[in-house]
Amino acid sequence: MLITCPYCGPRDVIEFTYQGDGNRERPQPNSQDLDAWNAYVYDRLNPAGDHNEIWQHSGGCRTHLRMVRNTVTHEISSTGFARGDHNAVARHKEGGKS
Amino acid sequence: MSPRRIETGGRIDRLRTIRFTFDGTPYTGHAGDTLASALLANGVTLFGRSFKYHRPRGLLSAGVEEPNALVTVLRGEVREPNIAATMVEIYDGLVAVSQNRFPSLAWDVNAINQLGGKLLSAGFYYKTFMGPVFGPLKGTRFWMFCEHFIRRAAGLGKAGIAADTSRYERMNAFCDVLVVGSGPAGLSAAKTAADQGARVILAELDPRFGGSANWSGETIDGAPAADWAARTVSQLEGHDTVRLLPRTTVWGYYDGNTLAALERVTDHKEVPGKGEPRHRYWAIRAKTVVLATGSFERPLVFPGNDRPGVMLAHAAERYANDYGVLPGDRIALFTNNDSAYRSALALKKAGAAIVAIVDVRPEPSSEMRSLATEAEAEILSGHAVVATEGGKALSGLKVQRFDMNSGLLSGDARSIHADCLLMSGGWSPTIHLASQAGARAEWNPARQAFLPPKPTQQRWIGAGAFNGSFSTVEAITEGRGAGLSSAGGASAPAALPDVEAAPGDPNPAPVFEIKAKGKSFVDFQHDVTAEDVRLAHREGFVSVEHLKRYTTLGMATDQGKNSNVPGLAIMAEALGKPIPEVGTTRFRPPYSAVSIGSLAAERFGDLKPERLTPMHDWHLANGATMYSAGLWFRPMIYGLAGETIEQAYVREAKATRESAGIVDVSTLGKIAVQGPDAAEFLDRVYTNMFSTLAVGKARYGLMLREDGLAFDDGTTWRLGEQDFLMTTTTANAGKVMQHLEYFLDVIWPELKVHVTSVTDEWAGAAIGGPKARAILAACVTGTAVDNTTLPFMGIVHGQIAGVPVMICRLSFSGEMAFEVYSGAGYGTHVWEALIEAGKPFGLVTYGLEALGTMRIEKGHVTGAEIDGRTTARDLHLDWMLSKKKPFIGSAMMDREGLIAPDRLQLVGLVSLDNLPLNGGAHIVAELDETNPHDSLGHITACCYSPALGKHIALALVEGGKARHGTRAFVSDPLRKRFGPVEIVSNHFYDPDGSRMHG
Repeated sequence: MLITCPYCGPRDVIEFTYQGDGNRERPQPNSQDLDAWNAYVYDRLNPAGDHNEIWQHSGGCRTHLRMVRNTVTHEISSTGFARGDHNAVARHKEGGKS
Repeated sequence: MSPRRIETGGRIDRLRTIRFTFDGTPYTGHAGDTLASALLANGVTLFGRSFKYHRPRGLLSAGVEEPNALVTVLRGEVREPNIAATMVEIYDGLVAVSQNRFPSLAWDVNAINQLGGKLLSAGFYYKTFMGPVFGPLKGTRFWMFCEHFIRRAAGLGKAGIAADTSRYERMNAFCDVLVVGSGPAGLSAAKTAADQGARVILAELDPRFGGSANWSGETIDGAPAADWAARTVSQLEGHDTVRLLPRTTVWGYYDGNTLAALERVTDHKEVPGKGEPRHRYWAIRAKTVVLATGSFERPLVFPGNDRPGVMLAHAAERYANDYGVLPGDRIALFTNNDSAYRSALALKKAGAAIVAIVDVRPEPSSEMRSLATEAEAEILSGHAVVATEGGKALSGLKVQRFDMNSGLLSGDARSIHADCLLMSGGWSPTIHLASQAGARAEWNPARQAFLPPKPTQQRWIGAGAFNGSFSTVEAITEGRGAGLSSAGGASAPAALPDVEAAPGDPNPAPVFEIKAKGKSFVDFQHDVTAEDVRLAHREGFVSVEHLKRYTTLGMATDQGKNSNVPGLAIMAEALGKPIPEVGTTRFRPPYSAVSIGSLAAERFGDLKPERLTPMHDWHLANGATMYSAGLWFRPMIYGLAGETIEQAYVREAKATRESAGIVDVSTLGKIAVQGPDAAEFLDRVYTNMFSTLAVGKARYGLMLREDGLAFDDGTTWRLGEQDFLMTTTTANAGKVMQHLEYFLDVIWPELKVHVTSVTDEWAGAAIGGPKARAILAACVTGTAVDNTTLPFMGIVHGQIAGVPVMICRLSFSGEMAFEVYSGAGYGTHVWEALIEAGKPFGLVTYGLEALGTMRIEKGHVTGAEIDGRTTARDLHLDWMLSKKKPFIGSAMMDREGLIAPDRLQLVGLVSLDNLPLNGGAHIVAELDETNPHDSLGHITACCYSPALGKHIALALVEGGKARHGTRAFVSDPLRKRFGPVEIVSNHFYDPDGSRMHG
């Protein structure tokens, strides 16, 4: 499996570490809503199909990626920075269309 | 002259004679022979015994799909079992032996199994070996009793016990186009792609490129097809961008167009060349893959179809044309399609008499009739073979009139005398790699075969017989198209070559089985008969996946290359459903057997990296016994001559508490946390406050996980307003780093903080004891180290022996102690200076054992207590939980279950019988040595305490704090240690900290 790191370009999966379900939403730090915290800490989606995932380029630049991976076919339909829209960098790496 | 070798023909080198042995008998063959062709040439018909019934078996095929002729190849003491004789190239001195027979291949006592057929039918493991409901062999005991004998009798070759001394290699390769298979389609694709300038890898599992061109007898551009193949290969060799890989099986198709291949580099050589590995594992990343993997001829299922002398039609053609060997003198053929007629003619030309062509179809075409006439063969149309005769070789067969629409036989059986029967049940494209790549096969009713569908996300293109395009002209045309599009080329390639080939309809009649009395084999290697398949159906195994597992059809080493489609067809008939509704199983890697050695390649033995501290060599030179802690090596003790481990650590700890001791703490995780928001960030990740920490001071910190359980602890030093040095436990350094990065990158990207792992940049020495300050004062320059300049948790910068150092006054041992950090490159220099300065003060070096002893005496926690199940409260660290701010874990840490009073809590234990305690031992309220029960908790760490003169331990005990001052017992039945203990506070020694504050 090849994963396209927004900084480093396409790299072998061996360089990456899975960091969990990307659909989790962390409640506000002082939120007392235990159900929301419970969902954040324990609930995970397990779809057969497209899945929003966080990966870390742990054997490379150590940035975190958010990507959509099909759990059946392993097809990765999008990758980007987990911290938000830095797609300009990814586009730049792919051929400078930005 | 060997009995079956023909005078001319074949691509063997008749001038080179090769000597080898099979079951101890010496034979000769020629260079270019396989073990199968050479033995066949010598008149050998019996190659092995079948799996369950020990029936005699001969060659079925000439290639990788061979299910019967499995042998063990011996190289010195090293034995490799279960290799198809068709894949072994002979060399001088080759030693091969047959398998699954006792005492010999020709006379095998287990052949008696053939009489007990009913006991060994599908699922026999579950039925025959179910024991009686009572008695000494009841239930599974009968199976346990029989298992030994079954394992001896069934099965294939025996693995060796000698270590494999061969070398294996691993290669990564990249190309634009990987062509798998070098028949006319593959060669044409490779040539076209290479001419377009593409980087091409061509992999062929046989030693020779060309595939069917080598033995089809067809003509291309007016010359034998084999010449066209040789010419094309030499043109490919002329390209710099082409890599040719003979003897290379592409066995796996993985994500991202990564393919795995096994190159057998020296298996065919008597002595490997200098530096050559035995096998080479290739990981090939290809932009596009051209699958030109051809097709397999299918056997027909009829009684006696496994007798030695019954062979696939194309295999016989290949033995004649490739190796110059005739598998029989009087050959009969049995077919449901046209391709067998071409085989008949080829064998006639090679010198055999074709006694009959038995065709299930009522009306063979006029073209087939004229081929039969040319082969001087009688056609028995609308007939089927219903029995074969002979023992270790074929002597004849019986045919009967057959109606292919009803499947019924009629009329009298007619005997035909023949020493070889060739069968052709149609062709199945070799779609394994496409199936691995995720494509679901589609049944084609005309071809009566599963054809590859359109590729999904993987980038491959099929060509030739792989697509069900069985003629050579189609193969070359599709190959050229695939080569052109895979190379992204647009320019017009050269004109297509002219192919002269025998005519033939590619579509077979839909006949897979002739139902007549006797055992008709579907899976030859696992001895699965047509009746077994029907039995499985009657017993309710209707899914093809269940059928496969229950009967073990297709689960032998050949993975059903011959048997899958016939087995499925018989199942479909039993179910009364069309084949596509029954479906097929997915193929998984590997396509054929792969040596484990090639996967490991150079990566064997102890693969862990070793992490050594800057002072490692000093420790070794000064008598340390090293201990591996994760990847790190740390001194356990610095033992004196004759000392036990306990004596050594007791001496070291005692000396530290009496004068001073020094320990290497370079392994602690160290993370630089820097930036304008560094203090805010630390407030969020630690349970306690760091923004209030003054520059030049350190603080002990605790981290929780998101779920509120304790994660890691350590001290963090504020070196500047925006500059912190965090230390973590040795074991959690990587995890903490990842944790911080995740929160900075994913959760709080707005925080301006950078974290850097600096574990390896610093050497650390902790020096503690009543004399520690005096020792520092004796060697540190540039700063004072008195109580005012360097108070508890204070940090100063100075020099030792001319090297800049950073000193923080903090204590793990409970003594007045200092951690001295210097640049890693100066670690030993500073360490030696400290040792030298300590000499007048009685400074000792101490290792992990003494470190652990002193921390147990102080009741500090480590990974043994922060075990992922304990909370801050469990460890009496609730004083560190800030109420002024949220932090990671603060929302979840107060959940009901995490604050329950009966949770396991940290306590101290004192052994009341003065005997040592054991880590992991349970704590119980009442001692019951014969029936231990009701554990209250367990010991996490234990030692002999020189400070207390007692055996003590730390433990996690239910409602622990409330039990202080009470008695309990240790219960350790495995080590037979039972005895009374007193439960006390975990702070055994100097609980008010007067010594370290001093």
